[in-house]
Amino acid sequence: MEKKKSKNVFVEGAISPDFISTSIAKHQIKTNIGAHNIFLGQVRADEINGKQVTAIDYSAYPEMANQKFYEIRERAFEKFDLTCMHIYHSMGKVHAGEICLFVFASSPRRKVVFEALEFIVEAIKADVPVFGKEMFEDETHQWKENT
Amino acid sequence: MRLIIKYFGMLVETTNNTEEYMQTEVCSVLELVEKITNLYPDLRDKNFKVAVNQQLVNDDYVISSEAEIALLPPFAGG
Repeated sequence: MEKKKSKNVFVEGAISPDFISTSIAKHQIKTNIGAHNIFLGQVRADEINGKQVTAIDYSAYPEMANQKFYEIRERAFEKFDLTCMHIYHSMGKVHAGEICLFVFASSPRRKVVFEALEFIVEAIKADVPVFGKEMFEDETHQWKENT
Repeated sequence: MRLIIKYFGMLVETTNNTEEYMQTEVCSVLELVEKITNLYPDLRDKNFKVAVNQQLVNDDYVISSEAEIALLPPFAGG
């Protein structure tokens, strides 16, 4: 398969609430949109064997990951009547309570974005080579695995 | 032929390496993985998939020319 140009989805560190609100504001000029749906992944302070997760340190196989994000995007546009969609994923350290994934899907109609967002998020979890090191308060770590 | 082997996530800790070149004859993914696990026996206990030139492939996929090989542990995006 010929590889198409994929843009960089990764942002360094946590995704800020300001970034998300600016992104929403940018869509006010697109008045054919009737429904936005947003997914925000947040780092959870899981307790594992008595130790609490304080942060996740994300790494990736960036070339393949961006290609996979691109393919998910293409599939989403083929499958659903979307006006636009955006994906941002953190790279590096994100503390518990901070946002690590921001998916934003927009369409004229709400039912479309409910379905599309689930499709996109599940595909990201399953297909994109991103790795997460769960850091504990005592500086030890373990590797996260999507289930 | 020359392959570049890349390691990610927990496999960087297992191999203490991020990437290396390896000289090999035409071989299947299974044969290549055997060769790599001989170098790093601790990889035998690890769960990983293999990508050739950024595409996931099965064990019987034949690597017949220079390629970028990636050993990918379980994904954790999102």
